[in-house]
Amino acid sequence: MDRNRTHSLRHLAAIKQSLFDQGHLDEQFIQLEELQDDANPNFVEEIVTLYYRDSSRLISNLDQTLERNPLDFNKLDTIMHQFKGSSSSIGAKKVKAECTLFREYCRAGNAEGCRRSFQQMKKEYAALRKKLETYFQLARQAGPLETAFRPK
Amino acid sequence: MDNGCFSSPRRDFPAGLRVLVVDDDPTWLKILEKMLKKCNYEVTTCCLARHALNLLRERKDGYDIVISDVNMPDMDGFKLLELVGLEMDLPVIMMSVDGETSRVMKGVQHGACDYLLKPIRMKELRNIWQHVFRKRIHEAREFESFESFENIHLMRNGSEQSDDGNLFAVEDVTSTKKRKDADNKHYDKECLDPSSTKKARVVWSVDLHQKFVKAVNQIGFDKVGPKKILDLMNVPWLTRENVASHLQKYRLYLSRIQKENDQRSSSSGMKHSDFPSKDLASFGFQNSVNKQQNDVPVDSYNFSDGSLQPKNVETKSREGEPKGIIPQSTIAEKGRALTGNIADTNMREGFRVSLNQPFVPLESEGNRSVFDCSMPTQYSWTEVPHLQLKEDHKSLVNLGDNFSQLPLQGKQHHIQVDQSQSIASISSTPSITDEEVAACIEPKPLFADYKNDYATSVCSIGNAVVDTFPIQPGSLVMNDQSSEPISTTNSGLKTQGYNNLSSTSDLEIYQRNLLLDEDLHFYWLQGESYNMNFGLQNIGMSEY
Repeated sequence: MDRNRTHSLRHLAAIKQSLFDQGHLDEQFIQLEELQDDANPNFVEEIVTLYYRDSSRLISNLDQTLERNPLDFNKLDTIMHQFKGSSSSIGAKKVKAECTLFREYCRAGNAEGCRRSFQQMKKEYAALRKKLETYFQLARQAGPLETAFRPK
Repeated sequence: MDNGCFSSPRRDFPAGLRVLVVDDDPTWLKILEKMLKKCNYEVTTCCLARHALNLLRERKDGYDIVISDVNMPDMDGFKLLELVGLEMDLPVIMMSVDGETSRVMKGVQHGACDYLLKPIRMKELRNIWQHVFRKRIHEAREFESFESFENIHLMRNGSEQSDDGNLFAVEDVTSTKKRKDADNKHYDKECLDPSSTKKARVVWSVDLHQKFVKAVNQIGFDKVGPKKILDLMNVPWLTRENVASHLQKYRLYLSRIQKENDQRSSSSGMKHSDFPSKDLASFGFQNSVNKQQNDVPVDSYNFSDGSLQPKNVETKSREGEPKGIIPQSTIAEKGRALTGNIADTNMREGFRVSLNQPFVPLESEGNRSVFDCSMPTQYSWTEVPHLQLKEDHKSLVNLGDNFSQLPLQGKQHHIQVDQSQSIASISSTPSITDEEVAACIEPKPLFADYKNDYATSVCSIGNAVVDTFPIQPGSLVMNDQSSEPISTTNSGLKTQGYNNLSSTSDLEIYQRNLLLDEDLHFYWLQGESYNMNFGLQNIGMSEY
């Protein structure tokens, strides 16, 4: 049992490390982990869930705004600013970088660039979600493992 | 009645700091809540600016500080900042993921005390109490500003003898006479009814503010003046000074908005002075007041249009206190003879300090030991090295001894102080030497000031309070809290280009320190109202 647990913890650490190595996450994620305590044992997961729930609203908002012609760059910039702020909360580094790019295109009035970077941003956004979901799932499994198997 | 306000949460400052967080982003709201709770702060979160404003209006003294996001759907964060500054006068920290200089500048222009970039870290939040603290010190300083402003005034006029100055010089002579004549009367009066001094504070409720705005609009912005507004508002307990102070804030508020518009239209960037002169000119300040504009800290303005009268009252009350102590009057007389009328006020300010010092050794050791043991714990919050404190404390004792043994030294000391006052352009070095502090760093004189300051407060507390109130270490804490940031302010003044006035600023601070002490002392005596001064939460909405 002990080996099992060690294994899953190691796996967990490896996933997390790869998220940092590949540039998906920045140190804000570690800040969140540091906030996790007995009062909020699943704090990081709660925050990430909240982020994805709230930001999906902004994504669909951006989707709609990007369909219009001509593009309302001011509006796009405002929403993207909000989205970027939100993404900074979980340390979504790659997503944030795309947000910055998008806003630069907005200011330059480059519709093509906006659409392209928005697609790229959505890709990063989804990829991170998937990776984090796997990570939290494993973490949850590692958690119960610890208590459930200890008595033996 | 007084236990409640002084004990518990206030004691552990900054623990229990009441923070209102406004952000439309629920994720950040949750993170900030958690972070602030980890700092032992009391957190209220709010996702709408309007909601936040309602909360603040409902419980005017319910919060110590506001943290607000810049972009919110229902109200621009800058607008919220403006309203909070005007109505509640609370410190507001802005936050945004956007760190563009222009945005940050806009925040600062609107009165933000800080601008944090997202992602916000714990270490940044842990430090926010300093804004609450600084605000409190500035408030205490504002009591002073018109007085010290005037001193600079008299002094400058005295040395320059400019045309403008003559007018003031005359005024000064007369006011000095008046002061002398009324000394005794006022002393009695003020002892009986301390609330009659100008320090009574005004809470500017929404209603009151609206009355004020209505009056301003009715008079017309070009002709507006505190007296007219006061008449129109018809609020019996309001004083001209209250209105003048609020009017000044209101003008700052409007000029900030004006500036913003200017900036938009002309893109002139940063080249705004804090006081657009057109703004001022239209309000009929005296010429010489305008002339001083560049030299005087902004906050002096609300008092600048001719409030010689209340100032006199102030000096009187001070002079009254040490009455009956013979050395005082004799030295004071000598001082006058030496310097004449112009420096008279300044002189006396100086004397007050030294004359109180002989009290120090007279105080029981008990006072000091209370001070000793309470300091380290309290000081850890203010993050001032203990060493410094000790140094001050030591020198205080020395000073006290000196004074008790050699009354003559007090006199010398004063003449020197006076010198530095009347020759405004001299660097601050003389004040270092006359304080007999063996150090030549610039901020040092401040600690010397603090030393004196401390002496005054110790003795006043000792004298007046021992019988009625238990001596709470807290009172002393107030004292050093005040001295620490004041020193910061001073160096700030210097770097901001008040160089030619550097010795003046020192003195100004010195005097401010003095009065601050009186304030504390004053509220202390009042018992139930002293939490106005000590408490943190009420900083926001109080005026005077």
